[in-house]
Amino acid sequence: MSGYPDPGFDTLALHAGAAPDPATGARAVPIHLSTSFVFESSDHAAALFNLERAGHVYSRISNPTNAVLEQRVSALEGGIGAISTASGQAALHLSVATLMGAGSHIVASTALYGGSQNLLHYTMRRFGIDTTFVQPGDIDAWRAAVRPNTRLFFGETVGNPGLDVLDIATVSAIAHEAGVPLLVDSTLTSPWLIKPFEHGADLVYHSATKFLSGHGTVIGGIVVDGGSFDWDRSGKFPELSAAYEGFHNMVFSEESTVGAFLLRARREGLRDFGACLSPHSAWLILQGIETLGLRMERHMRNTEKVVEFLSRQAFVGRVGHPLLDSHPSHALAQRLLPRGAGSVFSFDLKGNRAQGKKFVESLKIFSHLANVGDCRSLVIHPASTTHFRMSDEALAGAGIGQGTIRLSIGLEDADDLIDDLKRALKAAEKAA
Amino acid sequence: MFIDVKGQPLYCYTAGKALDTAKPTVIMVHGVLNDHSVWILQSRYLANHGWNVLAIDLPGHCRSAGTPPASVEEAADFIVALMDAAGLARAALVGHSLGSLIVLEAASRVPERISRLVLVGVAAPMRVSAALLEASLNAPMKALEMVNVFSRSTLAPPPSALGPGTWIYGASMALGRRVLASNTQYNLFHRGFQACDSYQGATVAIERVSCPTLFLLGSVDQMTPPRAAQDLIDRARQAEVVMLPGGHHQMNETPEEMLSALTTFLKPELKG
Repeated sequence: MSGYPDPGFDTLALHAGAAPDPATGARAVPIHLSTSFVFESSDHAAALFNLERAGHVYSRISNPTNAVLEQRVSALEGGIGAISTASGQAALHLSVATLMGAGSHIVASTALYGGSQNLLHYTMRRFGIDTTFVQPGDIDAWRAAVRPNTRLFFGETVGNPGLDVLDIATVSAIAHEAGVPLLVDSTLTSPWLIKPFEHGADLVYHSATKFLSGHGTVIGGIVVDGGSFDWDRSGKFPELSAAYEGFHNMVFSEESTVGAFLLRARREGLRDFGACLSPHSAWLILQGIETLGLRMERHMRNTEKVVEFLSRQAFVGRVGHPLLDSHPSHALAQRLLPRGAGSVFSFDLKGNRAQGKKFVESLKIFSHLANVGDCRSLVIHPASTTHFRMSDEALAGAGIGQGTIRLSIGLEDADDLIDDLKRALKAAEKAA
Repeated sequence: MFIDVKGQPLYCYTAGKALDTAKPTVIMVHGVLNDHSVWILQSRYLANHGWNVLAIDLPGHCRSAGTPPASVEEAADFIVALMDAAGLARAALVGHSLGSLIVLEAASRVPERISRLVLVGVAAPMRVSAALLEASLNAPMKALEMVNVFSRSTLAPPPSALGPGTWIYGASMALGRRVLASNTQYNLFHRGFQACDSYQGATVAIERVSCPTLFLLGSVDQMTPPRAAQDLIDRARQAEVVMLPGGHHQMNETPEEMLSALTTFLKPELKG
């Protein structure tokens, strides 16, 4: 077929990166469970190692199934390419480790997934990378936090779990004034709800474990490069704009005007840290992406109904979803996320800790576990699970109360979800 | 490396190697809203297989200073001036799209100095529709999307420029935006398209070329369809034609086929 018109989201979700297998005619993406790939000759081998020819060598660096996933997510995000990783955490680490070393500094939102907060607040500090955390909506704080050694701005499209919507355009403008890129975690929104590159983000990553795969069956991550950040002009990234002794003295930004980050991340980060994705996991994520549009639409429709129900319950205090006028990000969400601000949100019970426990234990359809973005509805108590390492003060900073309940709304019949919640609320109320 | 050409530093990608006058040289010229990096695989391969490579950023594009050429003829003058400045008595020329017209015109001016000529995605004339010309001037992002759509032939390109996992159409868009932004004085998009559209000299030029000429054409290329190169093929003294199974993104949609055709065609120079 010649000259594709610009395909829509659902077409890309099914076709980007994959064609019928020329060897077998297989229509679905084959799972290439092979560690390594045969060289045609010694010259072919040398050319592959030296980036003179494109192809697969060893599945830690690249794999044909993973490459389909990487092309597909890049296409959906509007990026130039991607690198799939063992988890979302591995994607975040790969991004940080590619861009900086000891002595560098990150400005990050306070409203982060607990695992990201741990990585930046504790672990990266041990390796000499410091992070200043700022309230995502405090624009002046982003600007004030910049230091001469700042190398990255980082936030989530909708901050976990308060759903503070990141004003990507404004924050990226401040990052660019400082000569650094903005990395956005778009896990909770997926490209169906927002494409952060269109708003000024430079790098986007996902925990593909969540909405991209969508079925609670696989751990994986992916980082996508928008190709927009000018590493040479910034002058702050010798990792990308100066000769790298570890790879034939290659100057990545000279090699590729727009793809220097991906070149180094794959040639150094995957090679040396090795947090690659299994091809089988890549296939499971691809399987999920094929129905991403359909699922996200249903996630949003169910979420609207559940939010509307909860907001009318006397035993429920705050409902933290930007659908509601009362949410601090309501106006921003209306503008940036017209299809919805996600199906993961929190609310507060007007009760004590025991009542919160009773509520969670009384649910029958919602599963009590530590995940979000499953096709099944999920529930968790953040203060005792995902964010348990955080002090009360840090919890409050991230907008989490001791009695906060987090829901991830799935694809069940909305009436059944509401009945389940109704029953659990009644049980919790009686437990006073 | 940078080479001073007509008083302005011209960027030439060499794969990090110094110019070695004992080796044959290939000069690679990109098309509209591109730069040296569209040749990333081919240029790096040739530079590591016996060639001096000078994959240039045209004047006023990205890393190169100077005024962007307003016509194919002006750009061709620049290629000859580059050969003089680099002390190259002889070189092979490779060009893509607008770059193919530039190297064709350059080869016609100094035919005795050109060892081999490779025209990738060439058409004569290389007309640009009035709508696209107008969009390149007034709505360049829209025009960039149009060009990208016309250029691609598949939604499943093979491993390419940045390695597996590259979405070459996104990369092409990003490169176009970057090149456009690299010159705030001139609209490189419109200027490049005008140069393509207004060039009338291709048929005369091809008859002056004395070296073997390789036509590397995309079989389903909608930007420069193979039939639009037929007149040049018929007029060329020593024409070879290789049809690549792709569109106008020849370097990235069909990198292996292109490299094979390119190295086979250039190989005799390595023996000389």
